[in-house]
Amino acid sequence: MEAKQGQVNQKFKTRIQRWFASSWSALLVPLLAVLTAFVVGGIVIAMAGGNPFSAYLGLLEGAFGSTKSLSETTVWATPYIFAGLAVALAFKGGLFNIGAEGQLALGAVASAWVGYALPGLLGINLPTIFLLPLTVLAGVIAGGIWGAIPGWLKARTGGHEVINTIMMNYIALNMVSYLLNGPMKDPNPLNVIARTPEIAESARFTPIFSGYRMHWGFILAILIAILVWFLLWKTTLGFEIRTAGANPDAGKYAGVNVGRTIVLSMTLSGMLAGMAGAIEVTALNYRHELGFSIGYGFDAIAIALLAKSHPLGVILSAILFGAMRNGGTRMQFLTQIPVDVISVIQALILLFVAADAIVRFIFRIKAREERVVLTRGWGG
Amino acid sequence: MNTNEVILEVRGITKQFPGVLANDRVDFDLRKGEIHALLGENGAGKTTLMNILYGLYQPDSGEIRRNGEVVKFSSPKDAIAQGIGMVHQHFMLIPVFTVTENIMLGDETVKNGLLDQRTVAALVRQLSKQYGLEVDPQAVIQDLPVGVQQRVEIIKTLYRKAEILILDEPTAVLTPQEVEDLFHIISELSHQGVSIIFITHKLKEVLAIANRITVMRNGKVVGTKTPQETDEAHLAEMMVGREVILKVEKGPAKLGDVVFEVENLSVFDQRGLEAVRDVSFQVKAGEILGIAGVQGNGQTELVEALTGLRTPHHGSVRLGGFDVTASSPRPMIEYGLAHIPEDRQKHGLVLSFPVADNLILCTYYQQPFARNYIIQNKAVDEYAHRLVEEFDVRTPSPYLPASKLSGGNQQKVIVARELSRPVKLLIANQPTRGLDVGSIEYIHQQIVQMRDRGVAVLLVSAELDEIMALSDRIAVMYRGQIVATLGASQATREGLGLLMAGLQIAEA
Ligand SMILES: Nc1ncnc2c1ncn2[C@@H]1O[C@H](COP(=O)(O)OP(=O)(O)OP(=O)(O)O)[C@@H](O)[C@H]1O
Ligand SMILES: [Mg+2]
Repeated sequence: MEAKQGQVNQKFKTRIQRWFASSWSALLVPLLAVLTAFVVGGIVIAMAGGNPFSAYLGLLEGAFGSTKSLSETTVWATPYIFAGLAVALAFKGGLFNIGAEGQLALGAVASAWVGYALPGLLGINLPTIFLLPLTVLAGVIAGGIWGAIPGWLKARTGGHEVINTIMMNYIALNMVSYLLNGPMKDPNPLNVIARTPEIAESARFTPIFSGYRMHWGFILAILIAILVWFLLWKTTLGFEIRTAGANPDAGKYAGVNVGRTIVLSMTLSGMLAGMAGAIEVTALNYRHELGFSIGYGFDAIAIALLAKSHPLGVILSAILFGAMRNGGTRMQFLTQIPVDVISVIQALILLFVAADAIVRFIFRIKAREERVVLTRGWGG
Repeated sequence: MNTNEVILEVRGITKQFPGVLANDRVDFDLRKGEIHALLGENGAGKTTLMNILYGLYQPDSGEIRRNGEVVKFSSPKDAIAQGIGMVHQHFMLIPVFTVTENIMLGDETVKNGLLDQRTVAALVRQLSKQYGLEVDPQAVIQDLPVGVQQRVEIIKTLYRKAEILILDEPTAVLTPQEVEDLFHIISELSHQGVSIIFITHKLKEVLAIANRITVMRNGKVVGTKTPQETDEAHLAEMMVGREVILKVEKGPAKLGDVVFEVENLSVFDQRGLEAVRDVSFQVKAGEILGIAGVQGNGQTELVEALTGLRTPHHGSVRLGGFDVTASSPRPMIEYGLAHIPEDRQKHGLVLSFPVADNLILCTYYQQPFARNYIIQNKAVDEYAHRLVEEFDVRTPSPYLPASKLSGGNQQKVIVARELSRPVKLLIANQPTRGLDVGSIEYIHQQIVQMRDRGVAVLLVSAELDEIMALSDRIAVMYRGQIVATLGASQATREGLGLLMAGLQIAEA
């Protein structure tokens, strides 16, 4: 009995150790990539005549220095988490969803429309428990459809999703621009901006703390990230998505309907991006305005790459990107270093993550077995 | 040429992977012009040792001496500079480039800032003449058969002035004719002073061609022998550490109903050419039908069409009375089809997945591995541990990615998965390719046991020995057609050989 207990303990211990060992080595390269990017970014700042230390201090202060700035960081991080999850899930399914931007914008518009127009159309005042979920759902569905189309094209015709999601972005963004300038434009005679009317009170999330913009969307984003992790690693559907992504031939062999799985992955991905837009509308802006969402969908690619497509990693890298965006303004205010430096650092992070051979070389980390897999044949 | 001059010496090489001591104080030496075979069980550490000699891995301890001097390889570049070349099983050639372009790649000859293809092509011609390696320097790689691609790889190493050539299981995917050609090339190279290290699991080959044979087990060198001092049974025993029965015990077949029925099946290959023409056969419960044939005579396309991976363009397939022509794989799997695919890395495994996930690749959604769409880790864990044990898959943990297993152990994962669920029809294409003799023995026993339990077995193999050892009936495939079907007792090696070469029995 005692021996057995000891055995169990031992087993548990090695399991924990293994978990640490594996997550540590998985985290190491992205962490070092970020570090390297900041060092190189610092050199760029110095060359531009700034003081990198005070710049980064400003950045830190702006991102985390007060409850207000903490709250703002979460506001930035929220759409990043959703959109980052969208791209990461597609990556896991072997698909490169560049279309998160369009899916997000369309989601925001659909959500806004339901939020401001539905009560009027139905002629009743829907209570929050109905209208709010409906409003969010509208955005999720719109994004999902926008993701499903390139997924379907890929499964059906082999048309590459990279090309098709880019095309779909143009269609979506122009469509949104037309809607916001035309049929959905806020009819208030004083309004000159391309934006929708405000959504109904009952279509809104209430603030968490009064006086702060931090909203329930952030909490929801974290829950959804855990849900996506659970979906990918604990369910049969996730098994199918990962199999179709890692080796579609083996997937087909094993009886997975690879075409259907591709459509599904892209739909789920689009739904997550659409949710990013829906949450911006229902929890933060209470309307959609042209320019509210510029670039989230593209930054999301960098976020997913930095997270190595791990849903929980997406939370961390989204917070990092959010913090940089949020802290950048403070940095500029304190040191007159333009916010654009943030874009430079983000680009550097992306560079070092993508070309992780550089990071491994700088820090003398042995490459994992990727190289050797190439050289392994029947003989192994 | 075979002098006693030692040109490469390995002393006390140790290499530890997490949970596995892949090489344990290995000593090994290579003489000038020698053909040195390296034998050992799956996972014994052969490939690891060669990867160390080629600079792909760095040893934890021990040293390598080249012509008596200690050398350190931090990448294949260093090894190449020391005259070492390696041909991996999966060739690393660019399919759309010509032979010449592939050979110069990475070591380009430049004249006036431009690639000097002409000089290289001339050199290639000269090398191929010198060593009897026939290839057309202008040919595009993807048009060449496997055996010729392998020659290109060998020329590539010679072009980089290799004096030591490492071949990792070079014969596993070759046809018997190609194997013979390769052996000619190898002896020619050795006559001209090139030393060759040659990994294989085929004991006959070893005895036929090697000057010396080194056997490894569990990361250690067990001994080095000359072919004169040893024989197949002895080598097998050295490898596995026990006596291996090289013959399969098998009683007469107890035939049941027809399980699998193929009628007038025709299948196109990738290029749209008819690879399988008008093939018909039946397999009954409790029998093993072997399909013999030189590789590339339509077996690949036939099996793909039978297992739902390729759509036949004519004919019908019936499984247990149901029409499954052009069916997708899942309904067949659920009815009771098990399929050991020919290409283990393409179809058989998801290399980045843990061994455990690969073991449930076809059944992940079924009880007990999933309940209400949720994967049941405990059930998977128990199952994986059991199969790894039963099939002797050498891995420190069932959670290691399949990519980290040795080639033979990857194959064992697939075989374990396919033989361990209730099946009515087993389609096995090259089931023991890359396996050591001990594992072949075990898997042959398993296949015979399945037959005796009433499973219908369709065995496709390029190994005549395997076909003859297991089959109750043998069909011979030649140019996409079944040219003859014989009872096992009527079949002789010679007769089958002639049929496989396209000669009719009457003429034979
Ligand atoms: N990159 C790696 N990471 C972890 N373990 C590894 C790695 N490469 C090899 N191993 C382990 O080292 C051992 C020796 O493997 P190796 O590939 O050298 O065997 P082998 O003798 O070539 O076998 P086979 O005949 O099956 O090809 C195996 O247990 C294998 O799992
Ligand atoms: Mg090997």
